[in-house]
Amino acid sequence: MKTLEYDLHIHSCLSPCGDDDMTPGNIVGMAALKGLEVIAVTDHNSCKNCPAVLHFAEKFGILAIPGMELCTSEEVHAVCLFPTLSKAMEFDGYVEKKLIPFPNNVGIFGNQFIYNKEDEAAGTFENLLINSTEISFDGLWDLVRSFGGVMFPAHLDKNANSLLSNLGFVPPDSRFMAAEIRNLNSLPELVRKNPYLERCLILQNSDAHQLGDIKEPGLPLEVEEKSVEGLIAALLKGRSE
Amino acid sequence: MTIRELIDTGEFEIIHVGERTDRSITKPFCCDLLSIAMGKAPEGCAWVTVMGNMNTLAVASLTDAACVILAEGVAPDEAAKQKAIEQNITVMKTGLPIFEAALLIEKRLSHEDA
Repeated sequence: MKTLEYDLHIHSCLSPCGDDDMTPGNIVGMAALKGLEVIAVTDHNSCKNCPAVLHFAEKFGILAIPGMELCTSEEVHAVCLFPTLSKAMEFDGYVEKKLIPFPNNVGIFGNQFIYNKEDEAAGTFENLLINSTEISFDGLWDLVRSFGGVMFPAHLDKNANSLLSNLGFVPPDSRFMAAEIRNLNSLPELVRKNPYLERCLILQNSDAHQLGDIKEPGLPLEVEEKSVEGLIAALLKGRSE
Repeated sequence: MTIRELIDTGEFEIIHVGERTDRSITKPFCCDLLSIAMGKAPEGCAWVTVMGNMNTLAVASLTDAACVILAEGVAPDEAAKQKAIEQNITVMKTGLPIFEAALLIEKRLSHEDA
C-alpha cells in the first residue's frame, strides 16, 4: 500500500473569505514546501481557479485534484472532487446556474479573484460565492458521480454549515464513503452518535483561508496508486478494515 | 423601541453593544438560512436566529439589521464575536426558543403602537 500526504480542502482568493495572498501559485508553492503530495483547492461553489492551480501543481511536481466546496440548499458544505479539469469545469458551469444570484459586496465579504497561469488576477466573479445553491444534499452524491467525481461532507464537527449541524443527522440513504472532521478528538463521540460514519474514511484537511494554515504532513492517506485516480478510488471505497 | 431600549429591558444577555443604539427596531425577523435572510431580512429588524457564526454578522451588516439575537442558548463563536465588534453590530443571546424571543420583541413593539 502506498501513501499520500494530502490536504483536500483549501480556499483560494476566489473564495470571498480566502486571503488575497491565496493565489494559485502561492498555494501550490506552500503545499510543495510543506511536503504535501496532493492538494485540492476547493473554493465555495466555483472551480474557476482550478486551471491555474493544476498548472502550478505540474510545475511544482505535486498532484492537484480539481474541486469545489459546494453549499447545498440546506447550507451544508460538501467537498466535491473531479478526475479531470474538464469534468470539474463542466460541474462549475452547472453549479453557476444553480447559484442564488446575489451580487458580492467586497467590503463585507471580500474579493473574489480569478487568477491566470501567470499568477495574476485576471478577473473577478461578480455574484457572491458563499451563498447556497439550488442543489439539495439529497441528490448530491449522484450528481457528483455523474461528473465522474466524489463528494464528502466538510467539517462534520463544525457548528455551522456542516451536515450534522444543519440537517441534525446523517440521512439514512446517504452514500458518501469519506467524511472530513476538524478535531480528531471529536471522532469517537461523532461515530457513537452517527454509526453511519463507521464505514467512512476520515479525512483531516486544513480548510485553509490563509497560506500559513495549509496542512502540515503527518497523517497520510493510503492509496493503491499515487495518482488522482488512486485518490478518488480511496474516497469512493471508504474505510478499509 | 430603540436598540438601547431593548437592551435596557434586560430580557437578553448582551454579547456586544454596537453603534447607533438610538435606532428604532422595525420588527422581529426569524430565519436560520443565511442565503434566505440575505434577500429577505427587513431593514432595521431584530433578527432572531440560532446561526451563531461570523457569516450571520456579515449578512446582518449587509441587510442593515438593527441587531442580532441568538436564541436557544446558542453562543457566537470567537470569529463571530470578532465580526460583531468589527462591523459594530449589537448582538444579544437568550435561552428562549426563536419564536418566543421574537414574540417578546413583537409584544414590546405593538405595546408602543397601542
